[in-house]
Amino acid sequence: MLSNKRFVLKFKEFLIEKLLFLCSLLSVFTTIGIILVLSFESIKFFKEVPITKFLTDTQWTPLFINKHFGILPLLCGTFLTTLIAISVAVPVGLISAIYLSEYASWRIRNIVKPLTEILAAVPTVVYGYFALLFLTPLLKKIIPSLSGFNALSSGIVMGIMIIPMVSSLSEDAMRAVPMGLREGAYAVGSSRLQVSLRVVLPAASSGITAALILAISRAIGETMIVAIAAGQQPRLTLNPLVPIETITAYIVQVSLGDTPHGTLEYRTIFVCGMTLFLLTFILNIFSYKLKKRFQEIYE
Amino acid sequence: MIRQLNAFYTDKEVLKGINIDILSNSVTAIIGPSGCGKSTFIRSLNRINDLIPGFRITGEVIYRDKNIYDKDVDVDDLRRRIGMVFQKPNPFPKSIYENIAYGLRIYGINEKQKLDEAVESSLKKAALWDEVKDNLNRNALTLSGGQQQRLCIARALATEPDVLLLDEPCSATDPISTAKIEELIYQLKQNYTIVIVTHNMQQAARVSDQAGFFMLGELIEFGKTEDIFKAPKDKRTEDYITGRFG
Repeated sequence: MLSNKRFVLKFKEFLIEKLLFLCSLLSVFTTIGIILVLSFESIKFFKEVPITKFLTDTQWTPLFINKHFGILPLLCGTFLTTLIAISVAVPVGLISAIYLSEYASWRIRNIVKPLTEILAAVPTVVYGYFALLFLTPLLKKIIPSLSGFNALSSGIVMGIMIIPMVSSLSEDAMRAVPMGLREGAYAVGSSRLQVSLRVVLPAASSGITAALILAISRAIGETMIVAIAAGQQPRLTLNPLVPIETITAYIVQVSLGDTPHGTLEYRTIFVCGMTLFLLTFILNIFSYKLKKRFQEIYE
Repeated sequence: MIRQLNAFYTDKEVLKGINIDILSNSVTAIIGPSGCGKSTFIRSLNRINDLIPGFRITGEVIYRDKNIYDKDVDVDDLRRRIGMVFQKPNPFPKSIYENIAYGLRIYGINEKQKLDEAVESSLKKAALWDEVKDNLNRNALTLSGGQQQRLCIARALATEPDVLLLDEPCSATDPISTAKIEELIYQLKQNYTIVIVTHNMQQAARVSDQAGFFMLGELIEFGKTEDIFKAPKDKRTEDYITGRFG
């Protein structure tokens, strides 16, 4: 009787273990599935459009009669908005991380940190309309030549969106710097600012870099803001005042339209998706490696 | 000179009315069982405890005729003159050279010649020069534990302090490095006032001129090291020294 009960128990345990295992496999298989689909469709695309054309052509007009398939204008748009976003998020994010980690008292940190993280909970579509309907008109008063759709305001808003990510992850990295290091610096007569900038910041640099790379890859993949506020005109320019189009915004544009399944236009989505995936994938690997190195130093 | 020093963490009293006269150009050892407040005591002498939230102190620490806890004291400057070495070696993740130059750089000294001189003389004083002179650009974290600790001593010496606080400097080093550091303390005594916290009684007996025995936040006995070890007046000191507890 007792052994029977134990058998049932063991069997239950076995079932649960397998179930949990399957659940964890699910996400792995999804990733593999996505990569496979992207690869298949991309290969079909490159059978019709040579890869050299794809990488060197300076025009992206797959939906026009005169078709060009150069990824550069889209890459340029993504690069431009990301650059603007980073130049907003890095200074603000880092300064707030330094404040929270080195200056703020325990009580202030416990109030401010959750508040900044609320920024991360705002839906991106809200940010998008914020850029289009609030920031752009505001900036137009300062820069009259600004178009209604532009890289500048979407980049800035994207930057605001990733501030919590930069500040929170950088703060974690800075707080992981051992207290002994700070004491050593204070003991030779450093001021608080000197300790923060000359000892803690450099010591946390690989963790902070990892945070920045994650933020960059988030900016590259960001879709809603640029789809709403940056425009739909792929062009090879670094001028932040005119409408552009990012890779992600293009995917939205075509996915929403009535492009027939299986055509070349349809496949451009997958090629764009593949490009995006590769970009963020490489960045994430970098970030992961840096983070690991950081942990090795202090453990 | 320390008068009526009381220290608290939030509301817990960890030091109770400590009175000690620390003689200059000598080594004062602080001994006692774990948790007796000896670390808190030494960390109060350069106000590094100020960094700990909830730390509070009353009483006076007189250094150069002035209470270091007075409101008009420049704490950064004070810490430059009262150097400190910690239990665990804590070199910065920079080169050996930059570790020592740091204290001068933050003071605004950046001339290469001055820095070079300070690095060389500090490393020599800390008896590390011969081991590292050929690769000063090596990352300090690649040094052995004992070397790191001597590097920390060199770093503390670079700002030309006149007091050196050593908080269990040998608790994380091997016997050979420990011997080197003790030898070093003996040398440094000629030019510096040294306070050392240790839980190693033989070490206290070997290196110090005066010793204080702490227990549960109280200074039980203070006097010449010889007297404390050979003829302790208090029963508790005797019990501790002879190894009956602790």
